[in-house]
Amino acid sequence: MTWIALRMLTGDRSKYYAIIFGVTFACFLITEQSAIFCGVMQRTTSQIQDTHGADIWVMNPNARYIDDLKAISDDAVFRVRGVTGVSWALNLYRGQGQAQLSNGNYQGLILLGIDDATLVGAPTQMLVGKIGDLQRPDAILVDEAGYRQMWPGEPLRTGKVIEMNDRRAVVVGVYRASQTFMTQPVIYTRFSQATLFIPPARRMMPFVLVKCAPGNSTVEVARRIEADIGLKAQTRDEFSWMTMSYYLQHTGIPVNFGTTVILAFLVGCAVAGQTFYLFTVENLKQFGTLKAMGMNDQRVVAMILIQALVVAAIGYGFGVGLATLYGMFAQRAMPLLAFFLPWQVLAITAVAVLFISLLSSLLSIRRVLVLEPAAVFQG
Amino acid sequence: MNAINLLRQGVTCRNLIKDYGSGSAMVHALRGVNIDINPGELTLLVGPSGCGKTTLISILAATLDPTSGELSVLGMDLPHLTKFQKAAFRARNVGFVFQQFNLLPALTAAENVAVPLVINGSAKCPAVARAMEMLAAVGLADRCHSLPAQLSGGQQQRVAIARAMIHEPRLLVCDEPTSSIDAKTGQTIMELIRKEAVKPDRVAVIVTHDARVYDFGDRIITLEDGVVANDRRAPARATSSNAIVEPSAVLAPVSPLAIVAGRS
Repeated sequence: MTWIALRMLTGDRSKYYAIIFGVTFACFLITEQSAIFCGVMQRTTSQIQDTHGADIWVMNPNARYIDDLKAISDDAVFRVRGVTGVSWALNLYRGQGQAQLSNGNYQGLILLGIDDATLVGAPTQMLVGKIGDLQRPDAILVDEAGYRQMWPGEPLRTGKVIEMNDRRAVVVGVYRASQTFMTQPVIYTRFSQATLFIPPARRMMPFVLVKCAPGNSTVEVARRIEADIGLKAQTRDEFSWMTMSYYLQHTGIPVNFGTTVILAFLVGCAVAGQTFYLFTVENLKQFGTLKAMGMNDQRVVAMILIQALVVAAIGYGFGVGLATLYGMFAQRAMPLLAFFLPWQVLAITAVAVLFISLLSSLLSIRRVLVLEPAAVFQG
Repeated sequence: MNAINLLRQGVTCRNLIKDYGSGSAMVHALRGVNIDINPGELTLLVGPSGCGKTTLISILAATLDPTSGELSVLGMDLPHLTKFQKAAFRARNVGFVFQQFNLLPALTAAENVAVPLVINGSAKCPAVARAMEMLAAVGLADRCHSLPAQLSGGQQQRVAIARAMIHEPRLLVCDEPTSSIDAKTGQTIMELIRKEAVKPDRVAVIVTHDARVYDFGDRIITLEDGVVANDRRAPARATSSNAIVEPSAVLAPVSPLAIVAGRS
């Protein structure tokens, strides 16, 4: 019976391609919009992901996301080091700075101060210069996008000078960073230097980075830090999710993207549903003939479901493939495009496409089920 | 068992009524049809448009339920079967030949012919192999792999006849089998139907408008306004052994009620 269903499906090529196109289009829209949504959300955590070497971030108990900078006491790093399971703990400064460029313009920026001695947390993909050059006086590293923002059209090179808090800062390297949620340049420098690049405050350190000793569970050590010293301790993943959750709850991003994704879903339902419904309606005579010849309703329903599932599978493959290609090529052409395609998006799209196909087939099934076999005698 | 089923395993209708719609829009398609159709003869149902031919053949083929009346087809009390049982009855016992052929356009001739076997649970390969034998029997051995669109009207109808006969049904119903083809091809088709369908254990009923095919029938039942207006046996093919209509009545109009009364 399956072969009859498939031959009916593929027999009229133009209708077959129209259905596949409808499902592919729906699948592409859902995948692409969801992937862009995930990409935007991922960017909110880019600095967490780019800070390598640390397992746990320790912060003020009231901190809600990475940009929620609430300072902790300067001795927190020493107390964290005393917690069982901690291999090492280092300060990480993160704050908002302002730079004056050589042309007199001002540029807001994100300033990260890493441990003077170890430079733990420094970026790893250097495009120009070396990380070790951060040990030089007034040295800073600038991300590629930030460099192009501050010196548009100029080639990447070291030696550029800016002023922060009336202090000279020299670019000793340019690194490749994950795209950030904000558009500001991200500057790395030593912790001691960072405290000079911003106006002084009583407490300046928002984060302590922690590495767990071998054999210790990261989650357990984090909970132990919280219990022992009363600060919030989050694993890298926990901190990423906490940051994303904040943006999800307190910005219009989910609503705006959700609307687009739902719209894509509805358009997909309409296109695929209409084409599949029309396909079945145009094949009513064939289904009527089969029913007259003794095919029972269950087998007719099975045939339509097989057709729907095949269309869903092919449309899903093409749709996801197209979305992936779009992501690859569009990101090359537009580096600012946020596009991240985790397996969860693929799974959700698969469920959505399956739903679309089944929904459209249900409409068709209803039409076929009410068809009297005798109708075949009436032309 | 209902008394009606004691009759031979052909078709028996008693006071068969079929109404469509309700209230003032109600249409009385059949107003009390009484007929007996025996196996081994080719029965033609004729009459003007709207007289109830298609409705009657639809009911006989278990594709439509009568509003009231008694009906036995091949010994089965059709009105009391469930929808599922009717589908199974059709799959096993009924072969269909339609006016517009109704071949599945995406399937080859052999695959189309194989469909009834597949519906009855056969696998594709043996069903198609048997279908190719059937196509050879109707003179289309060389067109097994052609799609319906690549066949002429006459060839398509021969494929349809092969499809109708492949599972050796005991009831063959044909709806205007010659109306979509030319006269010469129509004659060939009718000869084929006679050859394949008229067997001692088989009931064959053809609805037709085409007077040129009357010669092929053993019996011609004329419907008018939902009732049997005339029931006569074709002289050239008249038989006496199973005839519902007595030989003396050949070509003479016979009241269906009188026929029934005479038998009982």
